[in-house]
Amino acid sequence: MSFIPTGIDQGSAGWQSGGLTGPATGRSQGTRLVRAGFIPLVDASVLIAAAEFGFAAREGIQLDLVKDVSWANIRDRLAFRQFDVAHMLAPMPVASALGLGSNPSPSIAPFSLGRGGNAITLSLRLYRRMQEMAGLAGQEDALTNAKALKLVIDDMRKKGEALPVLGMTYPFSSHNYELRYWLAAGGIHPDTDVKLVVVPPPMTSDALSAGAIDGFCVGAPWNMVAVSRELGRIVAVKQDIWPSSPEKVLGTRPEWAEQNPETLSRLIVALDRAASWCDIPDNRRDLAQLLAEPRYLDVPFDILHPVLMGRFTIDPVGTRRIVPDYLTFHRGGANFPWISQAQWIFSQMVRWGQVAYSPESQGQVSSAFRPDIYRNALGSRADIPAGDTRIEGNAKGDGFMDSTVFYPEDISGYIAGSAIRSAAPKTTGLVDL
Amino acid sequence: MKAALSIMIFDENRIRASIIEEGLREAGHDQVVVLHDIVGLARQIEIIGPDVIVIDIETPNRDMLEHLFQLTRSVRKPIAMFVDRSDSSSIEAAVEAGVSAYVVDGLKKERVKPILDMAVSRFKAFSRLQQELADARSALEERKIIDRAKGILMKSRNLSEDEAYALLRQTAMNEKKRLADIAQSVVMAAAILGS
Repeated sequence: MSFIPTGIDQGSAGWQSGGLTGPATGRSQGTRLVRAGFIPLVDASVLIAAAEFGFAAREGIQLDLVKDVSWANIRDRLAFRQFDVAHMLAPMPVASALGLGSNPSPSIAPFSLGRGGNAITLSLRLYRRMQEMAGLAGQEDALTNAKALKLVIDDMRKKGEALPVLGMTYPFSSHNYELRYWLAAGGIHPDTDVKLVVVPPPMTSDALSAGAIDGFCVGAPWNMVAVSRELGRIVAVKQDIWPSSPEKVLGTRPEWAEQNPETLSRLIVALDRAASWCDIPDNRRDLAQLLAEPRYLDVPFDILHPVLMGRFTIDPVGTRRIVPDYLTFHRGGANFPWISQAQWIFSQMVRWGQVAYSPESQGQVSSAFRPDIYRNALGSRADIPAGDTRIEGNAKGDGFMDSTVFYPEDISGYIAGSAIRSAAPKTTGLVDL
Repeated sequence: MKAALSIMIFDENRIRASIIEEGLREAGHDQVVVLHDIVGLARQIEIIGPDVIVIDIETPNRDMLEHLFQLTRSVRKPIAMFVDRSDSSSIEAAVEAGVSAYVVDGLKKERVKPILDMAVSRFKAFSRLQQELADARSALEERKIIDRAKGILMKSRNLSEDEAYALLRQTAMNEKKRLADIAQSVVMAAAILGS
């Protein structure tokens, strides 16, 4: 068994679900072991900081972090109780709510682990050709870069060359949807104008170097690693596509959340504090040092610190870029699991033919993100939104790169408005045994 | 007579893969293909169309496979190994042992379970062997360290081999430490003090 028996949760008397109105700080009655799976990425920072800098311990939680190698493993190990919670891609609980994927075991997201961190990198060869054809000087925005790639792809077609192969991380990932969004905004059809493949993030630079792929969309720090190895050129970051775009979440099994409400509440309080700590620029040096360790990311501090500060080189010739909120761990409600964002993810699954639209499916999706658990743990606070859904992409400075706005109540209209999209699938997902 | 199952083993560890292959052949499965390299894997799966894919859980390439299955429009869509959700203890045992598998949709549980059980037991046997090997190696390392410590003591204290060994053992007993740890400190001290 994974738990140190302490007499809280799991059927013990004295604590009722839904009864907690304020932060759990100071109510510790004993230490609970929580096993958390994570993938070595900068956006696992909040979990790592919570475990290492005392935020979990202060809430009476011994947070055991287990490094894993694939999202499929994260999903399966959570499903089969090797993990209690996990660092997950925001689309994973949405996919499982819809019965999509190889093992659609139920999972829920009561906490978002922050915003930002992704980028799109192309091989130097491909980017230099874009520069040549579109006259790029090097400071162009993401949309201009996408349109330049479109010119190159048209040229490749004309000359009968092989079309670009682009890597992303997982079929149900922000990377898949962001890469497709960026391509489509530039007039490129992600199904027919390029070939999308999955490449595990730590292997992206090697795959680029070997010519197996011509570009990729992954999280930090792997884009910067490719530039520092003089292999790639960053052409877009997540903020360029949609600043609020959901990224990683804390995922758990619904039944674990039901059986361990107080442990989950305490964990959310610990993660909230850790996230707030991670956001302070002065702490990012310590954070980078910790992430650099072999048991975490095993990437040099000299790459991680600039990434955390949003200051990086986007081209090996030395072109620099500063993205002030490249990684936001807490500010501006970054941890709030917006149901409207789960629905935006659903809209992208529909757009790219992973699932057919139906009002029932949209209803199922709403149960994947759990702002109610988040509110329960943290109580009322000025930075916690009043509603669970909102119109996405219409706030100042938070627009989508193609200037569309997402109204959760009109997903069909939203999809119909996209010129580039995939054909709808014949069934609404895989049939389980 | 049911058609024989086609089984694919993907494991970058060649020795472990061949151990599993052998087990499956002994159990009467003759359609077994072993692959070690991700390059060309997608094509192989397309050509062979295996009913069962056994894969090492420690390979990051599982995500690539999942994408492949997501794209597949064929009816014979593989799903993760969980043939029977009610049998969660055997699934947990598999995950624990480091085995993952994909099984084409619709395949009967009775036909797949023996294959998974076989893979799980061979994976476990393999880790046990590795552990034994690691233990044997560290025992050998310890013997070498103790011999070096003895040598240092014989030279610096002008002792016989038996006396040097007795001194190490006595010190270990007094300090309530392992003989190898004491020997390690002697070797380190000698290195630092240059004796």
